[in-house]
Amino acid sequence: MNTTISEIPDRFAIQTSALTRQFGRLTAVDHIALKVRYGEIFGLLGANGAGKSTMIKMLTTLLPPTSGSAEVGGFDIVQSPSEVRRRIGYVSQLLSADGALTGFENLQLSARLYGLSKPEGKDRIRDALNFMGLTDSATRLVRTYSGGMIRRLELAQAMLHRPAILFLDEPTIGLDPVARHTVWDRLLDLRHHYGMTVLITTHDMEEAEMLCDNIAILHTGKVSVMGKPDELRASISQDATMDDVFAHYAGGAIHENGMFGDVARIRRTAQRLA
Amino acid sequence: MLRFIRETYAIVAVELIKLIRDPTELVSRAIQPLLWLVVFGQVLAHVRGIHTGQVNYLAFITPGILAQSILFSAIFYGIAIIWERDLGVVHKMLVSPAWRTSLVFGKAFAAGFRGIIQMVVIYLVASVMHVSIRLDPLILLAVLGSVMLGSGIFATFSLIIACIVKTRERFMGIGQLLTMPMFFASNAIYPIAMMPGWLRIAAQFNPLTYLIDALRGLVITGGTSIYGFGVDFAVMFTIFAVLLFIAVKLYPTLAE
Repeated sequence: MNTTISEIPDRFAIQTSALTRQFGRLTAVDHIALKVRYGEIFGLLGANGAGKSTMIKMLTTLLPPTSGSAEVGGFDIVQSPSEVRRRIGYVSQLLSADGALTGFENLQLSARLYGLSKPEGKDRIRDALNFMGLTDSATRLVRTYSGGMIRRLELAQAMLHRPAILFLDEPTIGLDPVARHTVWDRLLDLRHHYGMTVLITTHDMEEAEMLCDNIAILHTGKVSVMGKPDELRASISQDATMDDVFAHYAGGAIHENGMFGDVARIRRTAQRLA
Repeated sequence: MLRFIRETYAIVAVELIKLIRDPTELVSRAIQPLLWLVVFGQVLAHVRGIHTGQVNYLAFITPGILAQSILFSAIFYGIAIIWERDLGVVHKMLVSPAWRTSLVFGKAFAAGFRGIIQMVVIYLVASVMHVSIRLDPLILLAVLGSVMLGSGIFATFSLIIACIVKTRERFMGIGQLLTMPMFFASNAIYPIAMMPGWLRIAAQFNPLTYLIDALRGLVITGGTSIYGFGVDFAVMFTIFAVLLFIAVKLYPTLAE
């Protein structure tokens, strides 16, 4: 049984309304309203600390919102979190594959947690390894993998149960250009093969332009603009780049902001990838 | 129920693979009980200042040292959980539809295996030192059960602390702060009857006391449980259930 896009055709894959999250006095996400269609790749852009990760954590049911509401895959994130979890895959910004296990064992853990039957799990794991080009390294410990391989393994884990919606939090952060392009190719293939909806956060303008059908730029917890990448460029000037778009709508260059915690986390991920 | 078993198994399987692949921790944890029995136990046994009833002092502390090593190896479980949080493993678990109870119970159950390895080490050392150990299968099964339950209690307790403090540095401090007082405020190396009144009261609120009391009745020939097995296990099961309930509530906050 595949849960793919055809499941609920006339509704949005993700729909939020006045979604808000506060941490003490800080409002990390401030009344955000978003709509993501089934089958599209949607980019959440913003500097560090703009609210991207908080947004993704709420949509993946890891963090309860302070107020507002959101539906993912047709289910409310607060009322029916387990229904949401069944329909989503998630690759966190951190490298979450377990280095002390082999690639195969990591996938096996996911298969079990998602309740795939033994034969089904076996088939899916074989397919996933194949799809991600990891068949030959399946029995190696993940701590011997390169950063790009770990990311591909995590993608394989996240898609094993054929989620309708895939959440990727800065999937190519810290990767070298070659590995980055491989991850992009795999993502586009995934969409092509399984029709998955993808919500991706990034602060890489090239990535946004390359992958995303639509993007929303976040700035201090609010959506400052939403649209197709080329429309947004055209809205500024004829020869505007995505960096110009970002500077215009996010009120500054991409790497200027970010709090200590964000920077430390990103460095840690980058270190593990090196 | 089937789902619960499957999900718990998923967690336990991972922990076992890691344990078998890298047993250094097990080896280093085995050294401490060895010192307690061989050095501390033997020296104190000669003093004869502690009245341990029908059994000699070394036999008296054997179950105590077993319980202590269960406590010490389980209480630092929280460090591993914090490490998993920093790596994003916790997040991955929590976005899966697996029941939170299975995830936490799986961790507690896996801690039991570490406890069992401690048990094997202590049985071997005690045998070498001529402590008379009871070996009938039913008794061994009851000891296994107690070891699993005790490990589960302290591992879950440790997980709760990890969920509250969230960083390794703070956890280390609290871990040290908790283990020694728990050990000394128990009947591990001296009987409760010898304690001053205030310590006796503290010991009665200490789950370690009940684990030791049960083990003392089970492990050694001639050993007796003061409270009775019924009380010991009822207390331990209740504590485990309460801790499990709290841990299941707190575990998801690790990903926030």
